[in-house]
Amino acid sequence: MSMQSQDIIRRSATSGLTPPPQVRDHKLEVAKLIDVSICIGCKGCQVACSEWNDIRDEVGHNHGVYDNPVDLSAKSWTVMRFAEHQDEGGRLQWLIRKDGCMHCADPGCLKACPSPGAIIQYANGVVDFQSEQCIGCGYCVAGCPFNVPRINKDDNKAYKCTLCSDRLAVGQEPSCVKTCPTGAIQFGTKEDMKQVAAQRIKDLQARGFKNAGLYDPEGVGGTHVMYVLHHADRPELYSNLPKDPQISTTVSLWKGMLKPLATIGIAAAGLFGFLHYTTVGPNRAEEEDEHEQHETEEVSK
Amino acid sequence: MQVTRRQFFKVSAAGLSASSLAVLGYAPGTALADVRQYKLNRATETRNNCTYCSVGCGILMYSLGDGAKNATKKIFHIEGDPDHPVSRGSLCPKGAGLIDYIHSPQRLKYPEVREAGSNEWKRISWDEAIERIARLMKDDRDANFIEKNEKGQLVNRWTTTGMLGSSAASNETGILDVKFARALGMVHLENQARLCHGPSVAGLAPSFGRGAMTNNWVDIKNANVILVMGGNPAEAHPVGFKWAVEAKIKNNAYMMVVDPRFNRSAAVADFYAPIRAGADAAFLLGIANYLLGNDKIQHEYVKAYTNAPLIVREDFSFEEGLFSGYDAEKRSYDRSSWAYELGADGYALRDDTLQHPRCVFNLLKKHVERYTPEMVSSICGTPKEDFLHVCEKLAATSAPDKTTSILYALGWTHHVGGSQIIRASAIVQLLLGNIGMPGGGINALRGHSNVQGFTDLGVLTTMLPGYLTLPNENQESLKTYLEQRTPKTLVDKQINFWKNTPKFMVSFLKGMWGEHATAENEWGYHWLPKWDRSYDVMAFVEQMAKGKANGYLIQGFNVIAAAASSGKVREGLAKLKYMVVIDPLQTETSSFWQNHGEFNEVNPAEIQTTVFRLPSSCFAEETGSIANSGRWLQWHWAGQTPPHEAWHDGKILGTLLMKLRELYAKEGGVCPEPLMNVDWHYHDPKDPHPEEVAKQMNGYALADLFDDKGNQIAKKGDLLASFAHLRDDGTTTSLCWIYTGQWTQAGNMMARRDNTDTGFGNTPGWAFAWPANRRLLYNRASADPAGKPWDPKRQFLSWDGAKWSGADVPDYPITAAPGSGVSPFIMLQDGVGHLFSLGAMTDGPFPEHYEPEESPIPANPLHEKNGQSPVARIFKDDKPSFGSREEFPYVATSYSITEMFRHWTKHARLNAIAQPEQFVEISEKLAAKKGIKAGDLIKVSSKRGFIRGKAVVTKRVMTLQVAGQEVEQVGIPVHWGFEGTTRKGFLANTLSPRVGDANTHTPEYKAFLVNVEKA
Repeated sequence: MSMQSQDIIRRSATSGLTPPPQVRDHKLEVAKLIDVSICIGCKGCQVACSEWNDIRDEVGHNHGVYDNPVDLSAKSWTVMRFAEHQDEGGRLQWLIRKDGCMHCADPGCLKACPSPGAIIQYANGVVDFQSEQCIGCGYCVAGCPFNVPRINKDDNKAYKCTLCSDRLAVGQEPSCVKTCPTGAIQFGTKEDMKQVAAQRIKDLQARGFKNAGLYDPEGVGGTHVMYVLHHADRPELYSNLPKDPQISTTVSLWKGMLKPLATIGIAAAGLFGFLHYTTVGPNRAEEEDEHEQHETEEVSK
Repeated sequence: MQVTRRQFFKVSAAGLSASSLAVLGYAPGTALADVRQYKLNRATETRNNCTYCSVGCGILMYSLGDGAKNATKKIFHIEGDPDHPVSRGSLCPKGAGLIDYIHSPQRLKYPEVREAGSNEWKRISWDEAIERIARLMKDDRDANFIEKNEKGQLVNRWTTTGMLGSSAASNETGILDVKFARALGMVHLENQARLCHGPSVAGLAPSFGRGAMTNNWVDIKNANVILVMGGNPAEAHPVGFKWAVEAKIKNNAYMMVVDPRFNRSAAVADFYAPIRAGADAAFLLGIANYLLGNDKIQHEYVKAYTNAPLIVREDFSFEEGLFSGYDAEKRSYDRSSWAYELGADGYALRDDTLQHPRCVFNLLKKHVERYTPEMVSSICGTPKEDFLHVCEKLAATSAPDKTTSILYALGWTHHVGGSQIIRASAIVQLLLGNIGMPGGGINALRGHSNVQGFTDLGVLTTMLPGYLTLPNENQESLKTYLEQRTPKTLVDKQINFWKNTPKFMVSFLKGMWGEHATAENEWGYHWLPKWDRSYDVMAFVEQMAKGKANGYLIQGFNVIAAAASSGKVREGLAKLKYMVVIDPLQTETSSFWQNHGEFNEVNPAEIQTTVFRLPSSCFAEETGSIANSGRWLQWHWAGQTPPHEAWHDGKILGTLLMKLRELYAKEGGVCPEPLMNVDWHYHDPKDPHPEEVAKQMNGYALADLFDDKGNQIAKKGDLLASFAHLRDDGTTTSLCWIYTGQWTQAGNMMARRDNTDTGFGNTPGWAFAWPANRRLLYNRASADPAGKPWDPKRQFLSWDGAKWSGADVPDYPITAAPGSGVSPFIMLQDGVGHLFSLGAMTDGPFPEHYEPEESPIPANPLHEKNGQSPVARIFKDDKPSFGSREEFPYVATSYSITEMFRHWTKHARLNAIAQPEQFVEISEKLAAKKGIKAGDLIKVSSKRGFIRGKAVVTKRVMTLQVAGQEVEQVGIPVHWGFEGTTRKGFLANTLSPRVGDANTHTPEYKAFLVNVEKA
């Protein structure tokens, strides 16, 4: 299950002509399974994540709810989202969902990323950000159907859960998985996790949750972080977990139909830019957008 | 998704360009992708236990340096120990954030003093600190030590300086606390157990014989039904709760939560029922009534293993809320009628047909018949059908092959009748036949990581180690003490193990005074202080407030935050002459004299208390043992040295005692013998090593020991293997008899790490459990009197024709054959579980529901007269501090939440991030009535003061119907204060009242009255 640089199967902004080394593709696919029905929302995973990754978010405020930090950030890669739900019989349920990167099989962030190698996907399914390559454009944020990546203001780079790729690389489970007090977070091969999920779903159905099921959405090719939900028919109850997440049309569009056309155009533009730079000097961007300006500079380097 | 023109350009123009440039060879040649470097390669790994709660999770601490002499170790990462049988690698948010406690910016760096009236801390040297403190202590002791009381009895007590130990410190520190404080004659020696699980001991010991969690964490997985009531393990003991979830998943268990609010335990339970805070006894007695009325009891068990058949004296009675023997003037009971009718042989009379009107069974039936479902619903505010649902599920486990495991914590102990609530649960479990069974029991989930240890060690005003009591002033000789404290056997053939009290006491005295304890001086008995009254925390606060205390040594105990009515504690501390705070952190107690605006409104110039603040090590920097809730004594190791100038607790105590000895040797003084004679033969008396202290606690043979057949069992100087080897003739020593066996000739049993499961999740090779490494107390009761397991699938012990053996060490004489008539509750005088607790408790042999001192309803629906406890602990001066329901209409209940541990984790950044700011929980209905929205700042006030916090408006707090009226409850998490990394907050105990449980003087933190308004 190790993940070295040679085990990459996909790499952002890299054409099929110069692919990453990918001969080591005979890997088990891994997955994290989050069983919402036995999650107590203790935030052990939140704390263990920050501890392992050496990040410390700001000490914020209480906003009238248990959620804290109140949202994901560049320094909070997973947060618990609490929702109170009264069922048809009037009985109260407290639905608590650990939110964070889903490690999609077909990752919208990676597809949207314009910086070569800033987002990569390993053979085991983990989608990882390579901060050194990140240009801070924020496309991964727009491209993510789960609204997960966040840009850090201090270094203008995007961050999110790595699925503890550094731990996986030495044969350990992710930090959040290890720490989870109730076993609501499990880790293993995707196949094994589906089996664990099937048993849990059977138990939940026996306890009256007729619509219990697994959340492994097709729209993104399935995910390497899956949920067991008591109300799999209504994922939106869990703090708006998308019912049918899709990669944004923009991203699919240009990756699919427009890419070959644009590639030629841009290659020409790039060539022109290079000639312009070497003959006339650096161009001054006129666009107001800071991101774009920054990016143009990056590209011109 | 909408595609805007701008988006399209962003993506297809600039974005695409980058990827396409790779086509032109523009991609950086070194675009390597790799995972982050694994940060633990070759880091030194040290094993320890989490310092917060009593689950005692195993942790792995990783530090810099490989042990080389030239490298200074510094811990930089902590994660769970996967080998640990309870935690299995897990850590809750508190444990996962430990690193930020160890490196908290609020760690104390060097000794400091705040001079009387000053407004600042001043750095001083250790020499100066020790010198000045010793001088203050000696002057106060010499001036106020009482050698003889007014009656001329020798009492040797020092009442004007007190000491608080810390239930988060190791046992080795704890026993040094005992030796230090008792040798000086202190009677106010307490720890957090007083404010925590005191009522557990007071409720469980009279029921079963020992005041501890009956089963253990992992055993919860064997349950069929789990009742979580008076506790919230998902929040307070998340990793222990793992095993409740395991029972659900793997054993198809049904989990129910009964609590004033829908908490995080309820979030994963199968069923939740609301209850009014302070009504638990009524709920439980209602269950007992249901079980008896519907004949849902385990008949054989009840007959054989409880005192149901035993006959009670004729003069016992209960009327209008009062038991026989009440003295209204003294507000106490004469308990002589709460006893069995004895035959000529001195044994209790019995009726095994359970027909006798005065047998315990019929008295109990009569006592609980008032608790009908309607009455329960009226008192508790629990909908009747919800109550009945809980009853039905529990009743199903009266089947011999089904068990209920009850999990509770401070939601029961923190009540004015806390001890009796626990007694009521004991009655329910005895009727169901669930004690001594795997997957059964009453699981007292203790608080602090070593509060079990500090209770075991008797760091409590009237206690000594091993549940021996500190003598009172009327016990003028060791002989009198032993006569009064050694119980008589009440039923033929029973073990009555406390009959060995003389062996335990004399061995303790030998440990205490060493070679100075001789037969001639009654083993130094007279050097122990003798008490006239309880000097518990509430009482000492009262004493301070009255100006009758001068000094206070406070070791790891944030008393102003933890004791009830913080305002009164502040008032008391301000009247002291000196206070010494020994702590790793800056606490509100040490800075009580500092003005923090409305959070702590004081004028430093007016406060004449000299305050010393001494930096101590924390758990990660010490070696030693702590006892978890399952009574496991677990040894841990230091991962770094104490930071800056911090010292180990043992070094602080040792250095101080040696300085005092030096002063007494030089100047003389009052009654120097005990402090000069206390056994302090450590390799360095100024800095005792934990290993030598641990061995002392275990005990040694002081002569060659032989058993009654003449076989040698120990050589002189050997560490003892068992408390069965203790003697009352001065040939053995043991500072804490129940710990004997923890460090034997075979080595340190507490450091064992064999996690082999011997059945039902038992791991006897992991650490050491008192007593005698038993993991499941009263386990003989898992089989019927003939030795057949009640449940064939739960063969926990078995008889092989000569002895008992099985998954656990039998809690029973191993050679007592089936049918021998020896009953399983070997610590009790009659060998059986107590439905009727005789005279063991101060407020009745049966529990009764009394209204809290501050009640939201006009009268107790059961009996208008005596509606409140007739014997609750109330000081006269505190009476004006109670509020009325007209002025303060809402029931407040205080508690802990998962992300935080009491007033401690607010110093750890990781936890401060997870719960940054004080909040209060109220119902949607109350919020609407008061015009409060979620996130608004609100003010909560009681007669004793106010706090402010953000409003969490939630469906999880429900409006209840109690005695025909609507009752609103207000939830108050306690974790913030004016020191720490979180946002500044108020001490929540500003609000709580000074009224204590009659048995333990543990204050009522969970049911009192407040008002709420928009701030």
